[in-house]
Amino acid sequence: MHIAKAFLSVLKRDVTVAFRHRNEIFNPLLFFSLVTLLFPLGIGPSPKLLQTIAPGILWVAALLAALLAADNLFRSDYEDGTLEQLVLSPQPLSLMVTAKVLAHWLVSAVPLLLLTPLLAVSFGLDAPTIGVALLTLLLGTPVLSFVGAIGVALTVSLKRSGMLLALLVLPLYVPVLIFGSNAIDTAASGLPVNGQLYLLAAMLVLAVTLAPLAIAAALKMSVSQ
Amino acid sequence: MRLDVVGLHCTRGYRSLFSELAFTLEAGQLLLVEGHNGSGKTTLLKTLAGLREPDAGQVLWEQQQPIVWLGHSNGIKDDLTALENLQMMQVMAGADSLLRRDAKSCISTLERMGLAGNGHRFPRHFSAGMKRRLALCRLLLSSACLWILDEPQAALDKAGIQLFEALLAEHLAQGGSAIMTSHHHVGLQGSHIQRLLLAA
Amino acid sequence: MNSNASHVNSVAMKNPGFFTRWFHRMASPVWFYQISGKLLPWLWVLFAVLLVTGLYGGLVTAPADYQQGDSFRIIYVHVPAAWMSMFVYMVMAVSGAIALIWRMKLAEMVMVSCAPIGAGFTFIALVTGSLWGKPMWGAWWVWDARLTAELILLFLYLGVIGLYSAIEDKRMASRAVAILALVGIVNIPIIHYSVEWWNTLHQGATVTKFDKPSIHIDMLIPLLLMAGAFKVFFAISLLLRTRNELLERELPRQWVKQLVEEKDG
Repeated sequence: MHIAKAFLSVLKRDVTVAFRHRNEIFNPLLFFSLVTLLFPLGIGPSPKLLQTIAPGILWVAALLAALLAADNLFRSDYEDGTLEQLVLSPQPLSLMVTAKVLAHWLVSAVPLLLLTPLLAVSFGLDAPTIGVALLTLLLGTPVLSFVGAIGVALTVSLKRSGMLLALLVLPLYVPVLIFGSNAIDTAASGLPVNGQLYLLAAMLVLAVTLAPLAIAAALKMSVSQ
Repeated sequence: MRLDVVGLHCTRGYRSLFSELAFTLEAGQLLLVEGHNGSGKTTLLKTLAGLREPDAGQVLWEQQQPIVWLGHSNGIKDDLTALENLQMMQVMAGADSLLRRDAKSCISTLERMGLAGNGHRFPRHFSAGMKRRLALCRLLLSSACLWILDEPQAALDKAGIQLFEALLAEHLAQGGSAIMTSHHHVGLQGSHIQRLLLAA
Repeated sequence: MNSNASHVNSVAMKNPGFFTRWFHRMASPVWFYQISGKLLPWLWVLFAVLLVTGLYGGLVTAPADYQQGDSFRIIYVHVPAAWMSMFVYMVMAVSGAIALIWRMKLAEMVMVSCAPIGAGFTFIALVTGSLWGKPMWGAWWVWDARLTAELILLFLYLGVIGLYSAIEDKRMASRAVAILALVGIVNIPIIHYSVEWWNTLHQGATVTKFDKPSIHIDMLIPLLLMAGAFKVFFAISLLLRTRNELLERELPRQWVKQLVEEKDG
């Protein structure tokens, strides 16, 4: 009961902080739409071509936006010392960390989900395909948040960690990218996508259960410096 | 309630800071850690708090109890109001303090620390001393027996230092213990104060 | 059981078990340094024998492939390197787990020493794979499942190396790397299968030319000899790197100083 309360308090605190610091919400959103809109300019406006590459573009842009957003997941907490307090708190660290990642997902990824239909329409995807796209993002972006959080927890004590974070995290994003974009692709050709969605859901379960342990261990390492 | 340190050895990089460090801290005692810059005071405190692992030796702490830790950084969020920060401190302090978690105790804590009327202001508008006072509120909000404080008086004014010393004396009188570093003179006297000089 | 007792909130374990004591003696730096020093010359001999016989068998006695001609002979480098690239990651992750659980310093050093060696093997596998690809597919690079997975593996190794060099305190860096290696070992199978799935999906039923359903015994024996040679080479370079790391970390210790004096005088 107390743990549930603590979990909710951390969740609420992080969402509150994010809302008072609006660029945490808008930066990934802007980045996501900008990257997505660069592709038609680079490749050409042919609707057929854009329709073919839309799933890949959406997912690659979501991946990069998640990476960009992940960087400030623990950064300010590390700098103002609240991370030390979190690590030393008798509350179970892996659960508190789960609350933080969940809050981060709520403020950084959910807006992306809301924007996706708009971008998907501009690429000429039809309504059922957009539904599948949303579903894959709904299942896949939490995995990105959790896996990204491991990388951030490992590098939060470093001053310039941007490139290193990308190197640590992007290879681990590959399975999500493959299944996510493929599901949209398959849906666009009118085939069932249950398999891909189940696999994404399985990855989500794996990420939610295992990643917090790694994040907690990595944070303990980071504050000990 | 007793803290035993046996054969403690800590390094930083490949440089050895101190080795074979041993002491015992009983209930009601205060340990002042002294030494010049770079002698490993902060490293020792972090090790005792459990933030760092010693390279050798053990820190034995009788009960599975939380501690209060205050490092160089205040551990407060600039984007939460003073009251919200205090509520978070209560949550982080652990299960038993959640029971008596209420806004009233937070407000009275703020008053005690001389921050009355600042409850709904953001710490980013505070002076460094006010931020330190806010950080010291966690001493009042936790029931932990052991306080580990790194330069607690930093940035405090004279009245702030007196306030802190009063809190410390009260804590020790109630059977709590504390370990701290300080560049300031600590105005407490008595046999319950131990000094540990780190000379690297 | 230093790790438990060292934390301020935990109770000390007064009597470590027999296993723990044995474990720690085995992990003693001096012991490791002496034993590995005695072992190394023998490993070099074994490596030379395996390499010479393997290369002779692969390049001279093995018959040419009926489809690929002589160009198939690159498998004697490519396949062992690809096997080793996975194997080294596993060794790294296992020593990482040991380092995290038992706080064994030697395991930390073994783990850290694994990364550059593994990256080297992965790089060799990639280069030989693309060299092989030119006569086979007519292109230096084809998005073949195994090559792609190797490429991702190379990035995983580079991440480990980058993280270790970025964190200044090498004990902290070792812990970070151990966590990363464990995360990686959980993810590698997922990455591997997803890439394989992606490949079959996008390329239809391409026959991957890297796995032959059957291989002639005259081709197989040199391959196994080369695989053995690569394993021994890994053991040698791992021991050398670990010994280096050990000396660097234990520099202030008495036994290292003695060693230096002996060398000098």
